[in-house]
Amino acid sequence: MVIIYLLGSVAVVLSLFFIRNKQVVYSLLGLFLVWQIWFTSQAISHFGHSDSVYFTFDSLGILLLITLSIIAVPAAIHSYIYIENHYEPPRSRSIYLASLILLITAISAGYLSNHIAVTWIFTEITTLSASALIYHHRNKLALEGTWKYVFICAISITFIFIGILFLSLSLQHAGSDDLSFSNLLAKSKELNPVWLQMAFLFIFTGFTAKLGLVPMFTAGIDAKDTAPAPAGALMASVLMNLGFVGIFRFYIVVANTPLLHWAQVVTGTAAFLSLFVATVYMLKVKNIKRMFAYSGIEHMGIVMLGIAAGGIGYYAAILHIILHAFVKSSLFFQYNQLYRVFQNKNINHIGNYFKYNTTGAMVLLFGFISAAAMPPSGLFVSEFLIFKSLFDAKQILLLIIVLLLLTMIIWAFGKNIFKVLFVPAEGFDDSHVVRTSPWESVTQFILLAMAVYLGLNPPAVFVQLIKESIVLLPH
Amino acid sequence: MIHVLLIVFIITLFYMAIANRLMTYIKVLALQGVLLFFVVLLQLSRIDPVNLGFILLETIVFKSLAVPLFLSYLLKRNNITREAEPFLPNFVSLVITTAIVIVNILISNVIKDDHLDKIFFVVALSTLFFGLYLIATRRKIITHVMGYMVIENGVFVLSLAIGNEMPLLVNLGIMLDIFASVLILGIFMNKIGDVFKDVDVDQLSNLKDY
Repeated sequence: MVIIYLLGSVAVVLSLFFIRNKQVVYSLLGLFLVWQIWFTSQAISHFGHSDSVYFTFDSLGILLLITLSIIAVPAAIHSYIYIENHYEPPRSRSIYLASLILLITAISAGYLSNHIAVTWIFTEITTLSASALIYHHRNKLALEGTWKYVFICAISITFIFIGILFLSLSLQHAGSDDLSFSNLLAKSKELNPVWLQMAFLFIFTGFTAKLGLVPMFTAGIDAKDTAPAPAGALMASVLMNLGFVGIFRFYIVVANTPLLHWAQVVTGTAAFLSLFVATVYMLKVKNIKRMFAYSGIEHMGIVMLGIAAGGIGYYAAILHIILHAFVKSSLFFQYNQLYRVFQNKNINHIGNYFKYNTTGAMVLLFGFISAAAMPPSGLFVSEFLIFKSLFDAKQILLLIIVLLLLTMIIWAFGKNIFKVLFVPAEGFDDSHVVRTSPWESVTQFILLAMAVYLGLNPPAVFVQLIKESIVLLPH
Repeated sequence: MIHVLLIVFIITLFYMAIANRLMTYIKVLALQGVLLFFVVLLQLSRIDPVNLGFILLETIVFKSLAVPLFLSYLLKRNNITREAEPFLPNFVSLVITTAIVIVNILISNVIKDDHLDKIFFVVALSTLFFGLYLIATRRKIITHVMGYMVIENGVFVLSLAIGNEMPLLVNLGIMLDIFASVLILGIFMNKIGDVFKDVDVDQLSNLKDY
């Protein structure tokens, strides 16, 4: 079934490359959304089964796939609005939509793959499609962003490949050559620890380019800044989750070996450094889109702290990435409406947004409250649980420093957001401001509301799925 | 014989560390491709001949002909000056490269593994770190691309070490090689040459936080 899904999506992508007619192009986009939702429903109904050898519909994959399919709908709607407002020429419109669909397809397949090399291949494909999206504007800045993204991602995927080679060396000691996660887990006691350590270091470093963690986080920031906001929303949410899946599935293997403590130290260090870096940049950033991107680095740092701390932290980490995906994508979707009013993304040149677009400003306000993890945001619950897991792990000093860093982040984030919302921008001529329809914000409100609902009153199925996805970790 | 070839491969790294002209870099890359061709021929004796043919073809056609030719075409087309413009003097480069190789030899002595020929490990990791070093200390974007090609060669050597047991991984490595090279070279070096006249990393600093 995954093969059918991939073939169908590739057929849509290829026809988009050749067809320029407006109605046909948009119908193909709609068709793909139906296709994506059909595939998601099929995946749910085949829950627990393996498919096409290399894919398994397991709980983590299903959870993230549903998240992706939910975010894909507003991404398509906002892409439509974006294209129509920018009067894109037919060629650039087709390439944009084709890359968007390829990105969503590759992420879906990457979530479900049960083999580390297959995850790696789909991560490569996301680099290809994301770079086409980043290069969308075809100007100097876009080129610079694309170049940096492609180069750093190329090095990262090479790192992952080296990690896979070391992993296969480690696996040879167990007398096996099957690199699927289930086989790795079954053989985890016999893996050679030295090679496994090197494999973990390289694979972890490689996937940080997608996850947005120290050391490879820079590529993602430039990418989300230069890509059109609807595509940036996908990169800042579901694509980061793909990086998480890559690390997490392998982390489960390592956690079942005596290397657990070492892996916790590595993950925790990278997570803490990411939080630190995010704080430093948040304090000085003036570009609102990059500010959202740095906030993503902060959240991924918190998620990986939860993974490193263990215990309830595992549950909270999975909850956190799902809720973060909803919140961050809605902020990125809102960005285009903001840009249409001010034609600028520098915080010094935008302000008093409530006057020009009340509904949009409410999205920004609620989005800020959600991203800063203040109640009633669902992220409050997951962050609270992660802090509790740090407490349980007796990392009090670390917890105190993390809380101080988060306070600084909330201060910087809040300062900038309230400036945008209430303080009039100096020298801004508001005679040409375009009126934005409040309907454009509806999807963003829905996404934010979902983050609140899933955090505060999670349905039993949802909790069950999260628990199943962490059941293989040692508790 | 394989060991001799791999040692020559390491020597090419030293040569690259002190080379001044971009054309020299390209020639060294082509030479590395030829060396890898013979390593593959001698090392992968136990795999399926069709697959072996494919791998050999990739090393000789892609690594030692297509990429170097395309790089030299880019040099001419974009009128890139022929100096490599390192940030550090060549002597320091040489010392650092030596240090990289020695550290890797020390690491390989710590690891005791019957499944892996040590020299493959040393060559692969030295090449990898040398490539990263090359990227970090050269000013031009095209030298970054060359550094990346060096890294790819290092990874290829590592995949050859276990190629007999897992030929699939060698093929995946080749796929990565072709995919990344086409993406980096084919699309962007062309475009970057059109947009930025003298291609220099200093020009790629417009994406800012403020």
